[in-house]
Amino acid sequence: MRFQLTDDQRALRNGVRELLARRFDREALRAAAGAPGRLDRALWRELGDAGFFALRLPETEGGVGLGLPEAVLAFEEAGRVLLSGPLVATHLAAGEVPGAAFGDVVVAAADGRLVEWLAEADVVRKGAEGAVPLRSVDPLTPLHRVPAPARPDPVAVLLTAAEQLGTATRTCELAVQHARTREQFGQPIGAFQAIKHLCAQLLVRAEVARAAVYAAAVTADRVDIAAARLLADEAAVRGARDCLQVHGGMGFTWESEVHLHLKRAWVRAQRGGDATESEELLASDLTA
Amino acid sequence: MDLSYTPEEEEFRARLREWLGKVLPALGPKPSPEDWPARRAYDLGWQRMLYDAGYADVHWDASPTTRLIFLEETEQAGAPYVGAGFVGLLHAGPTIAAEGSAEQRARWLPPILRGEEIWCQGFSEPDAGSDLAALRTRARRDGDEYVVNGSKIWTSHAEVADWCELLVRTGPAVPRHRGISWLAMPMDAPGITVRPLRTLAGSAEFAEVFLDDVRIPVANRVGDENDGWRVTMVTLSFERGTAFVGEVVACRRVLGELATEARKNGRWDDPVLRRRLGRLNAEFRTLWRLTQWNVSEAEASGGVPGVGGSVFKLRYSHARQELYDAAAEVLGPDSLDLDRPWMPDRLSSLAYTIAAGTSQIQQNIVAERILGLPKGR
Repeated sequence: MRFQLTDDQRALRNGVRELLARRFDREALRAAAGAPGRLDRALWRELGDAGFFALRLPETEGGVGLGLPEAVLAFEEAGRVLLSGPLVATHLAAGEVPGAAFGDVVVAAADGRLVEWLAEADVVRKGAEGAVPLRSVDPLTPLHRVPAPARPDPVAVLLTAAEQLGTATRTCELAVQHARTREQFGQPIGAFQAIKHLCAQLLVRAEVARAAVYAAAVTADRVDIAAARLLADEAAVRGARDCLQVHGGMGFTWESEVHLHLKRAWVRAQRGGDATESEELLASDLTA
Repeated sequence: MDLSYTPEEEEFRARLREWLGKVLPALGPKPSPEDWPARRAYDLGWQRMLYDAGYADVHWDASPTTRLIFLEETEQAGAPYVGAGFVGLLHAGPTIAAEGSAEQRARWLPPILRGEEIWCQGFSEPDAGSDLAALRTRARRDGDEYVVNGSKIWTSHAEVADWCELLVRTGPAVPRHRGISWLAMPMDAPGITVRPLRTLAGSAEFAEVFLDDVRIPVANRVGDENDGWRVTMVTLSFERGTAFVGEVVACRRVLGELATEARKNGRWDDPVLRRRLGRLNAEFRTLWRLTQWNVSEAEASGGVPGVGGSVFKLRYSHARQELYDAAAEVLGPDSLDLDRPWMPDRLSSLAYTIAAGTSQIQQNIVAERILGLPKGR
């Protein structure tokens, strides 16, 4: 049993991290938040070239030929930096919608009761009939509401959980960074136990979610995916909330990136459909 | 990322399962928790059976994955856990193995493995709990002996122990961590008084131990004089490794039993309760994965598990309490009946966020040692 990342998986994760650091840093994130609703097509194509969408497509079809664990690592990195666009929908369309695999085409699809990036999409897959725009809480994710809820694809739910894991990890880092440097009462606020304990729980929730998400990527079992989804949603949403709290007044400003993590975590938490359905699945598993 | 076991590990599992199927039906019923001599005999007897079958040293020499499989299979088969052997097998033994001299290892380790001697732990004191380094039990050197005075608390199995791993102050009080030594104290030495301590669960799991001019040979000191703090840390990090494997397996079984009970008594029709049990299923499935993650990490690093155990303990201790609170909700008014299943465990679960480092201390450890936040108050 070697649950940890292999050297190849580590290299893949680092590769995605470097690409995103170069092409979608904090300045780019802020710029995107200032110009909502516009997708960076050049970046989309670069992601396509890097194999982000074709990751699980067989090599015979021009894909990278890797599996769910590798896809989860890539989406975790995307989640860390709040990379925007219909990433999951386009990734799932690779091999089915021409051009999706290589970033030439932007694909949107209904997840649960919502469609992300409908207006920017070249291809809209399922269930977007009768979509009505709403004023999205997340400046980086335009949303439409659809009348008939689409049943979430388990792989989409897992990749979303991976993005949530990225936010959980990142908000822990941001909180710790702030707690180390911000001084009050003559010392870093991270020296106070009240702040320490918030940070410790940020890490605990993120590491618990990591075990759940990675295990579900290995087993691809739908009960494991439901568990991963619940724990990753919790780690991301509560992580962003606690990170905001640690930042104090700065966390409440538009300038800080913390609110973008919280808002995106809220959007992602809707993608897997009602949380109660995941809970019911896990409950019925107990009597199986 | 791989969750599969090697052919050798699968073979180990199959052989162990077969052996458990053979020997467990012949094992007598568990003795009453009140009957200490019977508990001692039962727990030592089980350890002897493990020894004869070649499984005695699984806590020490086996690879982390093999240990995981051993603990998973024995729990699933309903075999006893270490019981009164806990301190010897999981605290004192590993410490002596790591820090003891050749003579000390030869004297103390084989009787632990063969199920002949019981150890207890004399660390905490009435005024040294979370702040263990504040301990004041004093050892004065007198020739080849230490003369020890003081008192210890939370000592499990003191009534039936042969030895006590004892932390004493041999040096000055400042700096505090530097004046501590680790001694093996024979429990039949004159001057030792054991007083049972009744817990909120009604049982006498713990005892207070009073030491009045107890004479302990200097040869019983493991490690150098005043180096006992470092020696002790070896033990504590060991405890935070695979210590909860069997319990996570047991919690998952309890969760299944709760669902069955809820279906029988009609509580399953309540969607709020059902979803609560679903959440707990997510929680304990994941705690199992986190266990596998930690074991796999220990396997890869080849070392003793480190502070990552604090992350696990923080989450698990809380989850265990949630589990038994959910059990109480399944039982409704019957949850007040201590003869109902799970309810005594509900009481004992309250110790989990306190024992072996309170959740607050664990959060300090995570914040300072993993996240690198500054020490302070």
